[in-house]
Amino acid sequence: MSSLRATVRNIFNEPGCAKNGSKPESERKKGCTKQLQPGGAAGGCAFDGAKIALQPFTDVAHLVHGPIACEGNSWDSRSAASSGSNLWRTAFTTDMNETDIVFGGEKRLYKAIKQIIDKYDPPAIFVYQTCVPAMIGDDIDAVCKAAAGKFGKPVIPVNSPGFVGSKNLGSKLAGEALLEHVIGTQEPDDTTAYDINLIGEYNLSGELWQIKPLFEELGIRILSCISGDGKYREVASSHRARAAMMVCSKSLINVARKMEERYEIPFFEGSFYGIQDSSDSLREIARLLVGRGAPDHLIERTESVIAREEARAWTAIEPYKARFNGKKVLLITGGVKSWSVVAALQEAGLELVGTSVKKSTKEDKDRIKQLMGQDAHMIEDMPPREMYRILKDAKADIMLSGGKSQFVALKTATPWLDINQERCHAYMGYVGMVKLVEEIDKSLSNPMWEQLRRPTPWNALARAMVKVRSQAIASISDEAIGETARRAKKICVCNTVDLGTIEDATCSHGLTSVEAVRQHTNEAGGCCSRRIENILRSPPAMFQAAE
Amino acid sequence: MAILMTPKKACAVNPLKMSQPIGGAFAFMGLRGAMPILHGPQGCTSFGLTLFVRHFKEAVPLQTTAMTEVTTVLGGYENLDQAILNIFNRAKPEIIGICSTGVTETNGDDVDAYIKLVREKHPQLARLPLVYVSTPDFKDAFQDGWERAVARMVEVLVETPSVEAPRDPARVNVLPGCHLTPGDLDELRNILEDFGLQPSFLPDVAGSLDGHIPDEFTPTTIGGIGVDEVAAMGRAGWTIAIGSQMRRAAEAMQAKTGVPFRLFERLCGLIPNDEFIAFLSEISGRSVPAKYRRQRGQLADAMLDGHFLIGGRRLAIGAEPDLLFDLSSMLHDMGVHVIAAVTTTHSPVLERVETQEVLIGDLEDLGELAKNKNCDLLITHSHGRQAAAQLKIPFYRAGFPMFDRVGAGHHISVGYRGTRDLIFAIANLVIADREQNHRPTPDTWRDSKLLSRTGRTERSVA
Repeated sequence: MSSLRATVRNIFNEPGCAKNGSKPESERKKGCTKQLQPGGAAGGCAFDGAKIALQPFTDVAHLVHGPIACEGNSWDSRSAASSGSNLWRTAFTTDMNETDIVFGGEKRLYKAIKQIIDKYDPPAIFVYQTCVPAMIGDDIDAVCKAAAGKFGKPVIPVNSPGFVGSKNLGSKLAGEALLEHVIGTQEPDDTTAYDINLIGEYNLSGELWQIKPLFEELGIRILSCISGDGKYREVASSHRARAAMMVCSKSLINVARKMEERYEIPFFEGSFYGIQDSSDSLREIARLLVGRGAPDHLIERTESVIAREEARAWTAIEPYKARFNGKKVLLITGGVKSWSVVAALQEAGLELVGTSVKKSTKEDKDRIKQLMGQDAHMIEDMPPREMYRILKDAKADIMLSGGKSQFVALKTATPWLDINQERCHAYMGYVGMVKLVEEIDKSLSNPMWEQLRRPTPWNALARAMVKVRSQAIASISDEAIGETARRAKKICVCNTVDLGTIEDATCSHGLTSVEAVRQHTNEAGGCCSRRIENILRSPPAMFQAAE
Repeated sequence: MAILMTPKKACAVNPLKMSQPIGGAFAFMGLRGAMPILHGPQGCTSFGLTLFVRHFKEAVPLQTTAMTEVTTVLGGYENLDQAILNIFNRAKPEIIGICSTGVTETNGDDVDAYIKLVREKHPQLARLPLVYVSTPDFKDAFQDGWERAVARMVEVLVETPSVEAPRDPARVNVLPGCHLTPGDLDELRNILEDFGLQPSFLPDVAGSLDGHIPDEFTPTTIGGIGVDEVAAMGRAGWTIAIGSQMRRAAEAMQAKTGVPFRLFERLCGLIPNDEFIAFLSEISGRSVPAKYRRQRGQLADAMLDGHFLIGGRRLAIGAEPDLLFDLSSMLHDMGVHVIAAVTTTHSPVLERVETQEVLIGDLEDLGELAKNKNCDLLITHSHGRQAAAQLKIPFYRAGFPMFDRVGAGHHISVGYRGTRDLIFAIANLVIADREQNHRPTPDTWRDSKLLSRTGRTERSVA
């Protein structure tokens, strides 16, 4: 465990992280360890983070060493897409039982590794440590080493038990495992001057494929994507790339920075969310590659692709401007670069009423201020109750957020779109941003919302009753009150016959004429025959309701 | 008479099983104004939460004591204390349910003692019920967590009625197993009310997870049975327990309050519902309403229409014991051969499943059995989708989780009507499969080997 603690300390002191760099010297080592609040925490654990970062490697067997909860409750829940093997979607777990807890789980783990190799023969196995085996002292490093030696296959320990910290930390620990055991262990078949690594891109809903055609058009090759649609061999030989892009997330910044240190692969942090961002990222990749020896004309070609794609995207978004006029958006995302989406949404004519800046750096916040004005409503942390109030009061027409706050929005009958990792649409690159705008339009223009916001019939009736105190309505909504009212309404003043008596008589005897009613109710009928006709014409409301 | 087989593999592949703590937490979700807590690291809660949200497509209250490496070494008292206090102050719950996890059980946290200390330290919590149930991850499964949690609720929350307090014969306690959906509970509620009975469901997930839209935002459950109603369950005339897993809670109820119980292991199928309806008629003293006489006729007709399609099918089923027993028995009664049965945990009903062997195993086992034994109908939860894609046989989703279809909370399998619709649904899958994959061609019957490959010879044996 002590070496794990050292690794964690080492990760937190991250010179590549702007947010960390902006802290005073004394606080840097503490990193992002926010004290978790019991009874008020809502995030995933370090093991979750490690799985998020590595599971998109498609041809690897991901073996979780722990009790059933860790894998049994969570498997097959991410929408990363694969162009080849489906092994990544197969859940492997040692499903530790009470005996393993008492006697140690190392033997079971070793046997599990053997079982997987015998049956599935993957190019590598990633073994994930979890809390319980960490507590009882199972040494997964030793087991993996022994298994790798015995079976002649890479067996990689990922030492990231849940209770060491957050998802973000877990992703970084997963990155450390790659750096220590995987990257640089194999050589690529061939290399080109156009080889890049994408780091921290997980190909959710296949969104990597929204930009891959542009790379292909420019002749840029993704040597390794860490880890979306990635293969073990690719990441093992990723140290031969010429440049790297860290995609939209600081979770694997340690991988990007250390690969720069060890293999001199320059990297930048970019994003493919938003039109401007996509262009900036393509430019930066071209610039880095040219700096590492790619021909100069790459920059020119990149510019022409950018110009074409931007024009296409803006043309596609243009028609929505009129439709979105006056529509207000609330943007709640943990994502760092919410400003890049802000820009695109504004371009489509939407008004931003607020955006979250929970994980943004100071520069990000400055960008948001630039885009949204000085009084930009930047939200650090919004409790669900507050979100609910904003939407209930119709201060926003649509909310874009992650799945966790989905029902807060939907239950107020407000349009909502998922823009976090569980979403089922791909929003990357130029086509992705057009898709996002399309989806917003589809949601906003749905005639369903109008129906859902209408009051229920009983609420509507109750209101009407307050207004006109109509007798008929009263008799539906409250029988007792209705009954009193029926008795109180005198129809024939001279003979003191009330409405209720006449209605009961007509109903129980099936009367249809004034004459018949007169016989049954002792009523003169001269003075009030028209009133009785009216009653006969419209059967009493309470009987209508009963039908 | 089935033989129970236990796993011999070191590695579970595509687990069928989910963990005990979230089964326990699920039970607490059927209480009004409840906040369940998993006493463990935050990941345990996060995974469970995501699973429930994907299944119900609803906001789900579930909190954590957020144990870390350090607090695990020190023991979980501080975290539990803070969690309870934070939830009490912020969410204002009517009850807090606490389930332990693998971490805190390995650690040996004495939560009952912790709760005593918490109560001593914070007198403002005096009126807040705190129910703790021990649910280690490394033992048993989802269904067991539910079973234990409901039994604990009865022990802690139900009051022993005073001797002179009269029983109300119209009131009936219903203890539903975790395999019943909110839709099932609503169906049962209707049936009981039609007999003039007033049911109290413990837990009542239909009140909280049926998808209704509350008027106000609340961080706790938005409905379910209230703590006061649970307390008064001792005055009921009868307790109806549904699923063998509820025997423990029913016995606890009887021991504490003297309310007699009747256990219905199945509520899917013609005969089980005949027994159920007869029982209701008996305890209510009312004749069976015309509605149910008609529904019974409709079910009989559905069986007639469906048996052409379902009869003779070779079923591979993976489910928790009570659901497995209920569904496989109903299908067996429709002429289905139960060929492969995989489950998650021990239960007395397993030996009565109409098959040769029941295996405590995973979905890899189920897929392989289905393939090797030529099954042509698959029933399991949504995680069976990968196996179904490989097997290319009709796949009916049943159980928890069901994350790749909408309306999971409203699948109904109880009652005459629920059984009727279930038969239709499965029969329709068979029709669709026949049209997609088994249209006859001029060569269908040319190759005589084809016959043995489809397993016709085996079928007569089974």
